[in-house]
Amino acid sequence: MLDRIAGLGKAVLDSIAGAGQAMVMLLRALIGKPQLRKSWPLLMQQMYSVGVLSLIIIVVSGLFIGMVLGLQGYTILVDFGAEQSLGPMVALSLLRELGPVVTALLFAGRAGSALTAEIGLMKATEQLSSLEMMAVDPLRRVISPRFWAGFYSMPLLALIFSAVGIYGGYLVGVRWLGVDDGAFWSVMQANVEWGQDILNGIIKSLVFAFVVTWIALHKGYHCVPTSVGISRATTSTVVTASLAVLGLDFVLTALMFG
Amino acid sequence: MESRNTQLAVGFFVIIGVLALLFLGLRAANTNFSSNGETYKLYAKFDNIGGLKERSPVKVGGVVVGRVSKITLDGDYYEPLVEMTISKDYDEFSDTSSVSILTSGLLGEQYIGLSPGFIDDTVEMLDDGDYIHDTKSALVLEDLIGQFLFSQGND
Repeated sequence: MLDRIAGLGKAVLDSIAGAGQAMVMLLRALIGKPQLRKSWPLLMQQMYSVGVLSLIIIVVSGLFIGMVLGLQGYTILVDFGAEQSLGPMVALSLLRELGPVVTALLFAGRAGSALTAEIGLMKATEQLSSLEMMAVDPLRRVISPRFWAGFYSMPLLALIFSAVGIYGGYLVGVRWLGVDDGAFWSVMQANVEWGQDILNGIIKSLVFAFVVTWIALHKGYHCVPTSVGISRATTSTVVTASLAVLGLDFVLTALMFG
Repeated sequence: MESRNTQLAVGFFVIIGVLALLFLGLRAANTNFSSNGETYKLYAKFDNIGGLKERSPVKVGGVVVGRVSKITLDGDYYEPLVEMTISKDYDEFSDTSSVSILTSGLLGEQYIGLSPGFIDDTVEMLDDGDYIHDTKSALVLEDLIGQFLFSQGND
């Protein structure tokens, strides 16, 4: 019995220590004199591997999710003779929820796991220690550009996802199922607000970008430097980041639209 | 040279992202009545505002000319007071104009319908901060059913 309680205590202490480690890592990586000339090429490199290479999966899933929304929305709305409302339905569900959330989930699977595995392997092969030996701070050199790359890329990816998704809904709704072209866009414009919907979606994706990238970097930087440790850390990145995104999404939705 | 290709790819990525934002902002969102244009305020007192909310549209013959900016209770009798922000493009409403709270469609949202009044020499124009006196309240379904039952009972 006492062992169980001790085990619970250890788990709590470990998770608090993990949160502390992650916080210290982030602060040390981000605070300090910015060296634009050195960090710019590093940032470009990471923007490429984190953002540009994620573009294809984002565009394809955005298109298909938009098309599915159009199809499902049409079959339900047509029963009420309200198929003109297909436009706002597709646009609002993409801008408010699906755009930021699905992008964050895909990003955690596509880019987050890669970040964790990369940094974990750097740690296991003692590249991080070698950097320190050469008086290069690995937090500034390795962690910081990856963090900013994720933070800048994901809102852009979410915007692209929403735009492509709306186009997918347009393809199915208007081109295939015959909703009126003018009504599709005008009813959408009457219902979508710049500040309320688009801006709140961007704020959501900024929060998700921060959380997902942070979790991925922390799991990689503090992983057990063995092959098993790296694989655990990668799995844990995807699971923790996805759960954090879904949980935070509920809180943010309640605050913004509640 | 790999770093140049990388930079090009990232540049295109950012451009696509900005284009997506422009598409969403211009094509999907409401841009024809933005709050940054010049506006003025009109007030109206109602007995019952029904389901009217802040940001509900104010329409003249179906055309949006402004939005409800504030709803408060006013005076000793706690009458609902509605503040409407109207675009300066439409500043020629006369004192005899009337406002009523209408519903778009059978189950749609409620909005304010503004009907411009007649104009002659004795009628003044409405300015910033003026009250519209001729108001019709929202139709409340329960009141309507009550009246209907009452009139049935009389027969």
